Amino acid sequence: MIRSIRLLAAFAAIATTTPAFAQVEIQWWHAMTGGNNDIVNRLSEEFNASQKDYKVVPTYKGQYPDTMNAGIAAFRAGTAPHIMQVFEVGTATMMSAKGAIKPVYELMKDANEPFDPQAYLPAITGYYSTAKGEMLSFPFNSSSMVMWVNKDALKKAEIAEIPKTWPEVFAAAKKLKAAGFTTCGFSNAWATWAHIEQFSAWHNVPIGTKGNGLDGFETELKFNSPLHIKHLETLIELQKDKTYDYSGRNSASEGRFSSGECPIFLTSSGYYATARNSAKFDFVSVPMPYYPDVTGAPQNSIIGGASLWVMGGKKPEEYKGVAKFFAFLSDTTRQAKLHQESGYLPITKAAYAKTKADGFYEKNPILETPLKELTNKEPTENSRGLRFGNMVQMRDVWSEELEAALGGKKTAKEALDAAVSRGNQMLRQFERTVTR
Amino acid sequence: MEKSTTFNGKLLPYLLLAPQLAITFVFFYWPASQAMYQSFLREDAFGLSREFVGFENYTSLFAQPEYYHAMVTTIVFSSLVAAFSLSIALFLASQADKSLKWATGFKTLLIWPYAVAPAIAGVLWIFMFHPSLGTLARPLRIAGFDWNPMLNGNHAMALVVMAAVWKQISYNFLFFLAGLQSIPRSVIEASAIDGAGPMRRFWTIIFPLLSPTTFFLLVVNVVYVFFDTFGIIDAVTGGGPAGATTTLVYKVFADGRLGGDLGGSAAQSVILMVIVIGLTAIQFRYVERKVQY
Repeated sequence: MIRSIRLLAAFAAIATTTPAFAQVEIQWWHAMTGGNNDIVNRLSEEFNASQKDYKVVPTYKGQYPDTMNAGIAAFRAGTAPHIMQVFEVGTATMMSAKGAIKPVYELMKDANEPFDPQAYLPAITGYYSTAKGEMLSFPFNSSSMVMWVNKDALKKAEIAEIPKTWPEVFAAAKKLKAAGFTTCGFSNAWATWAHIEQFSAWHNVPIGTKGNGLDGFETELKFNSPLHIKHLETLIELQKDKTYDYSGRNSASEGRFSSGECPIFLTSSGYYATARNSAKFDFVSVPMPYYPDVTGAPQNSIIGGASLWVMGGKKPEEYKGVAKFFAFLSDTTRQAKLHQESGYLPITKAAYAKTKADGFYEKNPILETPLKELTNKEPTENSRGLRFGNMVQMRDVWSEELEAALGGKKTAKEALDAAVSRGNQMLRQFERTVTR
Repeated sequence: MEKSTTFNGKLLPYLLLAPQLAITFVFFYWPASQAMYQSFLREDAFGLSREFVGFENYTSLFAQPEYYHAMVTTIVFSSLVAAFSLSIALFLASQADKSLKWATGFKTLLIWPYAVAPAIAGVLWIFMFHPSLGTLARPLRIAGFDWNPMLNGNHAMALVVMAAVWKQISYNFLFFLAGLQSIPRSVIEASAIDGAGPMRRFWTIIFPLLSPTTFFLLVVNVVYVFFDTFGIIDAVTGGGPAGATTTLVYKVFADGRLGGDLGGSAAQSVILMVIVIGLTAIQFRYVERKVQY
């Protein structure tokens, strides 16, 4: 008895002395699930094993919006994490929160870590930089929206070619439905990303004025154009017999593709790691469909995914650790591997060149799909990207209106008009809180 | 001769009340006053800037059609939940009150769901009724019923009502059972001898004698529906589709926590507070008169 108590005491002593090693803990809140969650955990473990001074502790905080809200609430309570993964649409909100964040260019300079903004792909860093080219957040997982196709299902429905245009997708979905996919011919995750944001860029029509908000405030939303209305009207019609079936506002329903329920599914290219682990059929990703009668379509897609924001008000030695971790993440071999495993885009030019040189894309065309989309044409005013304040909340409002339309409560025009006018109100509110 | 002790100190009663008063102050008056104060401010999500805006949060709230929609949704939701959870619990309690084999076992099982956290209850129901993953949704769809809470507001409402009712039945059951057991057997037996059948006995003797319990539960249930159900709604529908399950309290949560609009959210909670105080007052003033103690 006494011996076992001594033993316990000894264990307790060991357990308490280890952290007394003066290791600095770095909290990392993220929103990665499935295969990508494994990657996040592995990256942290590798970093922790590579040195002794810092320990990165990754914590899953729910979907992207949940993670961001948890971080904001924690900031107000004085318990913010060091690193927070914020999805691309939260960028404008984070950028305007001066004082709440530590800009990445400043962080790297203070810590004397090698950091060359030119080493990163401009299409990606452009999103996360100021007009002067100062990088405010660290791009981590960038993606674009692609169309995932179940090739076995297409074979079953005797569809010879993978559809390229929206009319072809509609026709294929009808055939698939007749071939036994009765609950879902085609679908998508991230409702507004698919049918409003990417749809607009891909067809070179504006989401809003002032280059979709990239050129400053006082933007007016524009996505209630005849093209948008026509597209939504078609979806409403197809929803009635489940040729199209709505799958919600976020990525929670991506399992409908990998389970085999929905044979055609639009979602992030970063879905690759999960699809590879769970789909038991032959699948591929192809560029998003377009309407061939729209001149100039397809244009180019815009990026999604997320970047890592460093929160303000932390200790200098903690910032040192964060800077070390970012330098660790930028390593070319690691970046190339990350890209090849997760389906997210390579972030540095060197990682992209290495993957290309290795002949990786010939064997894995899936991973080149988002890159092909992003670089399809020289970006225009409408396809450079978007930057709207309150975007996270606006997406909910837009989704509400899409749901009302698809549920048969509103016509396509009513729903999109309402989404635009409610969105404009939210933009005005945002401008009031930040310009002061 | 009567022996009684009187305390003359002026301090003692206050001292004895102090712990209760402190709790009421810390957990009710202080947050309530904070909410009122915040409802007159406009802040950004991070709390980096604030501005006094007077009643603007209130006026912009009442200009939103969505706010009135949430009110209607709340009325529908709370009447459905209160009606179903009370009547089902009463039925179960009157059955469990009979001398049954395994009665204790049944009672324990019926009380069980009360221990489940709202968000977890919501997740359980999603596992059963998610349109493409749910174990019970599949048979429904195969049977030809187009079950789709993702797009059909009525289906979504039915789902959150089921989950909220399921969770509340246990609580109501417990009180109804206690109420039933306190009704003297002799009264019921006397009426049985006079020739009253079980239904007649229930409606003319048991139900009126239970009315204090029923009234108490009605108040508690309305408060439950108003405040405690947002965990279920958040986990099951997230207020959707198209706001069909956005109740007033969920809107407070969605606008404040998810939307970062703390001023507007505070204004909503002040209004909600006024509504609930009003409802409780009405219930005590008018409904209580008809209750026989």
